[in-house]
Amino acid sequence: MTRIEELFSKKNKNICNIYFTAGFPKLIDTEKIILTLEEAGADMIEIGMPYSDPLADGETIQQSGSIAIANGMTLQILFEQIEGVRKKSEIPLVMMGYFNQVIQYGEEAFFQKCREVGIDGLILPDLPAAIYESDYQQMMKNNNLNNIFLITPQTSDERIVYLDSLSSGFVYMVADASVTGKQKNISNHQIAYFERIEKMNLTNPRLIGFGIADYKSFSTACKYSNGAIIGSAFIRAIEESNDLEATIIDFIGMIKNEKIEI
Amino acid sequence: MLETNLAHKKYNVDEQGFYGEYGGAFIPEMLYPNVENLRQQYLKIMYEPEFQKEFRALLKDYVGRPSPLYFAKKLSAYYDTKIYLKREDLNHTGAHKINNTIGQILLAKKLGKHRIIAETGAGQHGVATATVCALAGLECIVFMGEVDIERQAPNVARMRMLGAKVVPAKSGSKTLKDATNEAIRDWINNPNDTHYIIGSVVGPHPYPDMVARFQAVISEEMKWQLREQTGKENPDTIIACVGGGSNAAGAFYHYLENEKVKLVAVEASGLGNDTGKSAATSLLGSKGVLHGSRTLLMQTEDGQVEEPYSISAGLDYPGIGPMHSHLIRSGRAKVFGATDEEALHAARFLAKMEGIIPALESAHAFAVLEKMTFEKEEVVVVNLSGRGDKDLATYIDFFKLNG
Repeated sequence: MTRIEELFSKKNKNICNIYFTAGFPKLIDTEKIILTLEEAGADMIEIGMPYSDPLADGETIQQSGSIAIANGMTLQILFEQIEGVRKKSEIPLVMMGYFNQVIQYGEEAFFQKCREVGIDGLILPDLPAAIYESDYQQMMKNNNLNNIFLITPQTSDERIVYLDSLSSGFVYMVADASVTGKQKNISNHQIAYFERIEKMNLTNPRLIGFGIADYKSFSTACKYSNGAIIGSAFIRAIEESNDLEATIIDFIGMIKNEKIEI
Repeated sequence: MLETNLAHKKYNVDEQGFYGEYGGAFIPEMLYPNVENLRQQYLKIMYEPEFQKEFRALLKDYVGRPSPLYFAKKLSAYYDTKIYLKREDLNHTGAHKINNTIGQILLAKKLGKHRIIAETGAGQHGVATATVCALAGLECIVFMGEVDIERQAPNVARMRMLGAKVVPAKSGSKTLKDATNEAIRDWINNPNDTHYIIGSVVGPHPYPDMVARFQAVISEEMKWQLREQTGKENPDTIIACVGGGSNAAGAFYHYLENEKVKLVAVEASGLGNDTGKSAATSLLGSKGVLHGSRTLLMQTEDGQVEEPYSISAGLDYPGIGPMHSHLIRSGRAKVFGATDEEALHAARFLAKMEGIIPALESAHAFAVLEKMTFEKEEVVVVNLSGRGDKDLATYIDFFKLNG
């Protein structure tokens, strides 16, 4: 059982999963961000591997990635940092990144390293499901890693069932047809999509991400799923921060409580 | 007629969209419905008799095909062999790019899409896309790196004159690779009404195969033109430059499985392959994923995509199409690099010998004539993929043509 699976076995509503880009704002911030997020009440953390060509990401995450790479972030440094954090925290950790870096690292070596340092799951949005199934599913299972697939409002029911069957840990519901970081109010159209998926009774828990930025969107998403993922809004919050810890605590407070504003 | 049968062949795409281990569709789920729909439809649509009739008529009457196959007498005498030039430079808009955009605009209409997006580097594919959008009366948005917008002002003006909207790509290195990323992101944000016209044999399956099939008209014509002029439809050698690789894919296409025909791909070596300023992808790159396909690309040890360099904006791309990765790694095609300077001198030499000013991209193909040895009776076809008007400023600068 991974830490992700353990979490969902104990708690299945209002899961708060925060995404941040490793190496941003500073190279050495990884540990501080993870430990403070845990202290502030995040349930799970998604660590972004900064990449030169992040196709599914909007401006905010792109820019944080460019800065992280310029700061000198590499996979080797990131793995060392996570290994350090794992001595102090048991919070579920998911790595999100693009498949090219995994190929370049060596797929099996990458999965083994993830296990060694205490990663629980992976989100690789450009890894095709069929290739995962034929080449990597067993390899990831052997290394006790959850693999999380994305579904979108355009994904057919038949394919959703297929992607759910290949996923473990949870299924990532992309809230809207968009790249990350496009903020707008959740529309009735999206609600209909959330309800449609809810009725499908998937085998995995569902977290909703993309465009979740505040108490209102977070609580709406939570109403129709097991929780939500916040990325770009968090990056924007810490971007300008002089006091990272205080900003993080305020941000999580704002997400979880409508009366608090930053 | 082109073949619709995807039955396994050694160098053509297989049922899963791979050329050997290269190719496939490595895309985020947000793109899956559009790419999958295209995969299911493209062959069916492309080979409908009505589609072929319209496509062929436009190639003939609008593009000006067939493009001549010209026996270059003086060049042949100089290299002591038989050199033929496939004159894609004489096409409407000045390069081979329009063969693909004509095909894809007709396909977009069949798919019921009314908004067209494209990426462009030097602006040639952008102009070819803006042209066919004007022809078809469809909205056209071209993504172009901010850096390229500055250095390719005339093509930006041409696109605008043709009614296209040119959107600067401001991410990353602000060049072709980033313009491609922006186009893909736009497609993610607009999944319903938009078709993405990719300009080369890159991107997720079925794009590399679809673009290759539209460009295959180049080698289809070569066959009967060679038969007319030499009595045999097969040349001994075909030489083409490779950035993403669409002109090479078109020139090689009908000879892929005929291993007697030597295929030569020429990559841009920039200032030299050991200088860190090169775009010679197969010579310097390694396997990975770029813009949705598994292919060779230039990257750091940590898997970050590297910024290539070439004086020719059309070859200034960190990857190559998966078909070329397979052709090169399997040994089917031989690869050469040509530096900026070698290409510039080759351009001037062709201008003086044959009265043809080539595009800088195409000039790279001519540069390897110096590096290869040929038999006297060898039939060599060089794909002259584009004309040099757009590169005049570079030629003026380098050769001090202003006096």
